[in-house]
Amino acid sequence: MDLTHNILSMLIWLPIIGGVAVLAFGDAGDSRSTRAGGMRMLALGVSLLTFLLSIFLYRNFDTAIASMQFVERNPWIEALNVEYFLGVDGISAPLILLTTFITPLVVIAGWDSIESRPAQYFAAFLILEGLMIGVFSALDAILFYVFWEAMLVPMFLIIGVWGGERRIYATMKFFLYTFLGSVLLLVAFIYLYVRSGDFSFFSFMDVPLTLTEQKYLFIAFLLAFAVKVPMWPVHTWLPDAHVEAPTGGSVILAAIMLKMGGYGFIRMSLPMLPDGSEYFAGLMIALSLIAIVYIGLVAIMQKDMKKLIAYSSIAHMGFVTLGFFLLWSIGSGTGAELGMAGGMVQMVSHGLVSGAMFLCVGVLYDRLHSRQISDYGGVANTMPAFAAFMVLFSMANVGLPGTSGFVGEFMVIIASFKANFWYAFFAASILVLGAAYTLWMVKRVIYGEVANPHVAALKDLNGREYLVLGVLAISVLLLGLWPAPLVEMMSATLAQLVEQMSQSKLAAL
Amino acid sequence: MTLNDFAPAAPEIVLLTLLCAVLLADLFVRDENRVVTFWLSIVALALTGLSLVMTAPVESILLFDGSYISDSLSQMLKLASVILVGVGFVYARDYLQQNQLLKGEFYVLGLFGLLGMMVMMSANSLLTMYLGLETLALSQYALVAFDRNSKSGAESAMKYFVLGAIASGALLYGISWIYGVTGNLQFQDIAAAISANPEMNGMPLWFGVAFVIVGIAFKFGAVPFHMWLPDVYQGARTPVTLYIAAGPKLAALALILRILGEGLGGVHETWQGMIMVVAVLSLVVGNIVAIAQANIKRMLGYSTIAHVGFILAAVFCGTEQGYAAALFYTLTYAVMVAGAFGVVILLSRQGFEAENLGDFKGLNARSPWFALMMLFFMFGLTGVPPWVGFIAKVTAIDSVLTAGFPALAVLMVLASVVGAFYYLRVVWYMYFDAAEDRSVFQAGLETRFVLSLNGIAVLLLGVLPGWLLKLCLDAIG
Repeated sequence: MDLTHNILSMLIWLPIIGGVAVLAFGDAGDSRSTRAGGMRMLALGVSLLTFLLSIFLYRNFDTAIASMQFVERNPWIEALNVEYFLGVDGISAPLILLTTFITPLVVIAGWDSIESRPAQYFAAFLILEGLMIGVFSALDAILFYVFWEAMLVPMFLIIGVWGGERRIYATMKFFLYTFLGSVLLLVAFIYLYVRSGDFSFFSFMDVPLTLTEQKYLFIAFLLAFAVKVPMWPVHTWLPDAHVEAPTGGSVILAAIMLKMGGYGFIRMSLPMLPDGSEYFAGLMIALSLIAIVYIGLVAIMQKDMKKLIAYSSIAHMGFVTLGFFLLWSIGSGTGAELGMAGGMVQMVSHGLVSGAMFLCVGVLYDRLHSRQISDYGGVANTMPAFAAFMVLFSMANVGLPGTSGFVGEFMVIIASFKANFWYAFFAASILVLGAAYTLWMVKRVIYGEVANPHVAALKDLNGREYLVLGVLAISVLLLGLWPAPLVEMMSATLAQLVEQMSQSKLAAL
Repeated sequence: MTLNDFAPAAPEIVLLTLLCAVLLADLFVRDENRVVTFWLSIVALALTGLSLVMTAPVESILLFDGSYISDSLSQMLKLASVILVGVGFVYARDYLQQNQLLKGEFYVLGLFGLLGMMVMMSANSLLTMYLGLETLALSQYALVAFDRNSKSGAESAMKYFVLGAIASGALLYGISWIYGVTGNLQFQDIAAAISANPEMNGMPLWFGVAFVIVGIAFKFGAVPFHMWLPDVYQGARTPVTLYIAAGPKLAALALILRILGEGLGGVHETWQGMIMVVAVLSLVVGNIVAIAQANIKRMLGYSTIAHVGFILAAVFCGTEQGYAAALFYTLTYAVMVAGAFGVVILLSRQGFEAENLGDFKGLNARSPWFALMMLFFMFGLTGVPPWVGFIAKVTAIDSVLTAGFPALAVLMVLASVVGAFYYLRVVWYMYFDAAEDRSVFQAGLETRFVLSLNGIAVLLLGVLPGWLLKLCLDAIG
């Protein structure tokens, strides 16, 4: 059977239909029943099958081609010229792989720590997975927007139903914040449709726009994507959402949903609005540097481990936006490509590292039901294996060479050196700040004397946790030592993108 | 004239005949067998629907000296309103039975109201329109008061009647001015007269149009003529609220499309400004005031006002695309709101009205399926994809942007963000809070079945909206 014609549809719909099946299968109202056990196996099976399909996608992906592959294009709503238009290129393929890789881990991580309504929990994650793959593969603006916003619904429920104490505040804030950001994106899309005649991203890229139009559209795009990234100063939903979400929710939020903001910039803002992007590039770089430096400082002071990692995510995502908007201050092509590739690598790496960090906190939280740094101390004495993993991921978070965290950050710093010394100076401060907040947390949680009897009673990792953290550890090291396949995957597409960005749309007017 | 010439009006004739039969039959039915009236009404609706399908016009046909029109627009709206009234009847049955309110009046008045709606949808002259409007309005006043022992019902019926009478008066007054200026009652003739004689488009016409818009805004429940709406929604029994919320909105849309679109479409600059003001006020006031409501019927009342703002914003464009968007929006809105009130009815039982938001707490624990259906309705009304409310929002914004009003489009979406809060609050109560009330639903099988269909329709229409959009465009074009 030749899967290549509709592999993307299968990647999107398999988890969604699987999620509905899990919901229908149910858990008999008891998380320990055999029915719930079967339901978990079903959920795991669906997520693994999706992962296998994405491996198939990877094997058949041609890295020499810059344009879209595995394209599916069918009319959907003819009255509005909306199409069911899917495709992947070097930008979206790594993110789809990241999504299908993280989801089974989340399913395993929630295996028996979720006690209320497990069927709804696993179904929400599977449906979410399908929607996220949809976001990364949609090439029609309305289709994209459908996935983009529908995604909020399962996440809203995940945080609200299975979250911590202040979950309702956090999830309402999460939904309304992101909804507010994205409604203007919808207006921008429809405006572009009125100008171009259909909703395909390629028509949006081709339609000539005046600078004023591009500025307004850029602001509308910026609101939507900046909230998702999140960029300073619209980041405030993230610490709340991360802290209150269940472990799986935090992992998906940090590992994948934050990437959608970066993806939006690189897929839409930059190629569709090159002049608008140029106009606002200075602002974007400034906001990115503020995120790196200021949020890095904020992270140092956190008392809650999840909050600390949440702030560290914001700072690390600053590298992504910084890398994407360096083109106009560098001027020449290769440096800009380096910055963009660095941003992309940073997205993938941050997906792995922050996901792993949240899983580590989840391991501790499952045992002591506390996220406060002060409740721990000397965990290495009772949980040596866990401590080893936690230290490894912390090093990756700091950006130690040999881990995946190093590659992206290094590429972006090199690119920003070509642009301006001070950009690089502030960007490089993350190496110090990141080390400060991460290692200080590790010192207080992992090392030292056993702080209290609760810590003394901790049990080390079980097999399931070993599996999840082990797989992540291997991939973090692999990506750090040998990032070439990832960079190769995206280089052709990025070269084309830089080309596209350097061509002003104003000339066509 | 032979009998055959009346064929295009067959649906109304069938409905009127059958409704008289229901009225008579109801006299001979004893209270314990009152369900018979329900089934007879359903049969009447089914036959009316059947006659609608059989008389589907290929092109528009004028009847009764041009004061009645049968075209695809009327056909579509009528079919939708027959279905909505039928759905409302199904949801209402168990509720009425448990509250000892299962009386023939509910069904007969409901059918009379439907007749009024159908006349409005097929009206081709200002007077036919008024005739239909009054038939509908009188039935509604009586329906609101039909629970004799309810003080709030009587109060809101009184309020509705007095204000409604004033609005009807305003409408009639406006009609008389338009007639005075143009010398015509039929919409095509009015349009022709104005285009032949542009100086007609002066102050007197503007004056007449202003009064007509007051009447329309009242019937639709648009700000600043919305005062009756939350009170009536809250005061009436929930099945009656459902009835008022769904079908009559379609009739009000027919009123707008026929008078403003067909009759005065050529001079849309004359009324655009007024509609714009009303639309913007409705969007803002409806959404903001809805946040403060603790009663779900009242909250849905204010949310209706906000949605009317969306519909009027699409009408405001004065383009065919805008009218089609308004049509699509109104149809899908009616489906969603019928479902939302259906869930409210489902939660109610003998002596207990589930009308406070708090009554939805823990619904997911009591019934995951109906909690999911309510989630569909709430996210649909918010305008979140993949539910149909999103597509409706897209079409409305599309028409506003095509007409060249980006600022209005931005205001519309920002208002919908405000709206998201109160819809989400229902989801929050259902899913995040523990149940306070663990009683079992008393609703019968057919209510559950139709309600499930209603919920699935809201999802499926959102995923596959193409055919309905096309129908709407064809009906307007």
